[in-house]
Amino acid sequence: MPRVIKSKSSDAKFPKSPTGIQGLDDIINGGLPKNRPTLLLGNTGCGKTIMAMGFLVNGITMYNEPGVFMAFEENTGELEVNVKSLGYDLATYIEENNLYLEHVEINRDEIGETGKYSIEGLFVRLERAIDMVKAKRVVLDSLDALFYGLDYVTLRSEFQRLFSWLKQKKVTAIITAEIGNNFLTRHGVEEYVADCVIVLDHRLTNQIATRRIRIVKYRGANHGNNEYPFRIDENGVTVFPLITKILEQKSSSKRISSGIKDLDFMLGKKGFYVGSSILMSGTAGTGKTSAATSFAYNVCSDNNRCLFCAFEEAPNQVLRNMRSIGLDLTPFIKSGLLGFYYSRPTLQNLELHFINIKKIIEEMKPDVVILDPITNLMTEGPNSDIRSMLARFVDYLKIEQITVFFTAAITVGSIERNPSDEGISSMVDTWIMVQDIEVEEARVRSLCIMKSRGMVHSHQVREFNISNKGITLSPIIREHKKSTPSSKRNLLENENLSTTKKTTEFKETAR
Amino acid sequence: MTPMSKKVGQISLENIQANGTDVETYTLRLFVTGVLPNSRRAVVNIKKICEEYLKDRYELDIVDIYQQPELALTENIIAVPMLIKKFPLPEIRLIGDLSDTESVLEGLNLI
Repeated sequence: MPRVIKSKSSDAKFPKSPTGIQGLDDIINGGLPKNRPTLLLGNTGCGKTIMAMGFLVNGITMYNEPGVFMAFEENTGELEVNVKSLGYDLATYIEENNLYLEHVEINRDEIGETGKYSIEGLFVRLERAIDMVKAKRVVLDSLDALFYGLDYVTLRSEFQRLFSWLKQKKVTAIITAEIGNNFLTRHGVEEYVADCVIVLDHRLTNQIATRRIRIVKYRGANHGNNEYPFRIDENGVTVFPLITKILEQKSSSKRISSGIKDLDFMLGKKGFYVGSSILMSGTAGTGKTSAATSFAYNVCSDNNRCLFCAFEEAPNQVLRNMRSIGLDLTPFIKSGLLGFYYSRPTLQNLELHFINIKKIIEEMKPDVVILDPITNLMTEGPNSDIRSMLARFVDYLKIEQITVFFTAAITVGSIERNPSDEGISSMVDTWIMVQDIEVEEARVRSLCIMKSRGMVHSHQVREFNISNKGITLSPIIREHKKSTPSSKRNLLENENLSTTKKTTEFKETAR
Repeated sequence: MTPMSKKVGQISLENIQANGTDVETYTLRLFVTGVLPNSRRAVVNIKKICEEYLKDRYELDIVDIYQQPELALTENIIAVPMLIKKFPLPEIRLIGDLSDTESVLEGLNLI
């Protein structure tokens, strides 16, 4: 609790200039320091220019703040073309006099030094540019180019002058620079010149490239300390942060049916809480997907929206399989109530999956999200990564009041102590376990509720029946207690296996 | 600035015809920022050098980019003071207050 109070007071002290970059403002508590310079560091190709341009473009389109971009490396034509693929149409902004691009060319070869000098020329050009569009935001991309051209001692003192000059001009500035072998990290210029230092990184882990962002320094304000993944696509830059506003989560007392009548009964006769997270774990072939689909079917039948994220089976396969248990989802897809996200886990890494799903959620605004199964994503990286990533995602859904249902496949023999499972189960509100048990030399699917926060729930292990009429739960029948060995079970088995045609035949004979 | 550039054209023609180093007229442009110390020194230094080494065969134009900021853009000026030798070709750019006379003369190809 005290942390929240602290962050609020610091927000009040330091005016922020929102970047408008999705997720980034969350980790820097609202934006970059207003009217102050920020250093954006990173290696070549890690997205500095694009992120800086995003800051300017969002300033124009979202906050009505004109911007200036001083390009030291690319000429303005190249720059316009390069960011066009991200949906930034610079020409329009330039025409509206909201954006000014200038290429500052540095050519070491034609310069000889004859005594003391300053980079006042750059200041003059900057001032002219700022006045032209009445800029509130400025980007200098990148400083290193200056260093290749001019001598180090002069430049270092000139940079300090530049940073304080930018403050005087009351512009929020991003200055990009290379990290690594350059002066900034070697000589610690960032220690004193900038109020905010952000580092971008683009690296390979398990042969999957991820872009990451880290806030190294933010003078006088709270900021997230972790590395956060980000992506660059046709919609610009998206940072995927650990949502820090967990305390703002609402807890609903509304209930939503699981779609399985008997399961609702076990869950205090009402089903799940709206906005809660539900984990169904179990070994292969225990009916997790069927239960998930049954939930989806019920959600859509009630005219609510559901997003089904399939990581194992293609949507068509899910549809076909579910028709066999009497759930036809096709009408819901046609009406738009049911959305499918299908991707092979190997296609992208986990963070990108979540960013993609988040985007779909924002477009579709579903009431329920189903992830089937979450364990497939886990093959992607070390468990701790997955867990924190999943925790972020669950937090995000909670804030949005979206009920999330995910399944997890666990291996036989590790049912009791599956580390990844334990990790996940602590972050979910309801944990349902399905497993095969042996009863009288037959494989029986069983279901039990391991936990369910905030409700009275059943502790019984029930038999989990999947038939062409849907899913039912029944008390486990121990046959040896009965006198006749032939059986209800055999009948049930036959019924399960029988096709619809056979059922009708059966009905006819009954008549 | 327009009359200045015209003159540059004329001079270049004359020189091509004359084709002699000793008659070449130098066209120099010094970019300064107001009366900042470096700029003041640069003006004094270049005038002295011109009088001493280029007497009667130079055109010196002093541009204050505070007054004409757009010239900083067209001439791509960052470091100030900046001396540009427009003619004879090739164009040479020298930065600094021009106090290192030897470097200036070397840069202007006068020694």
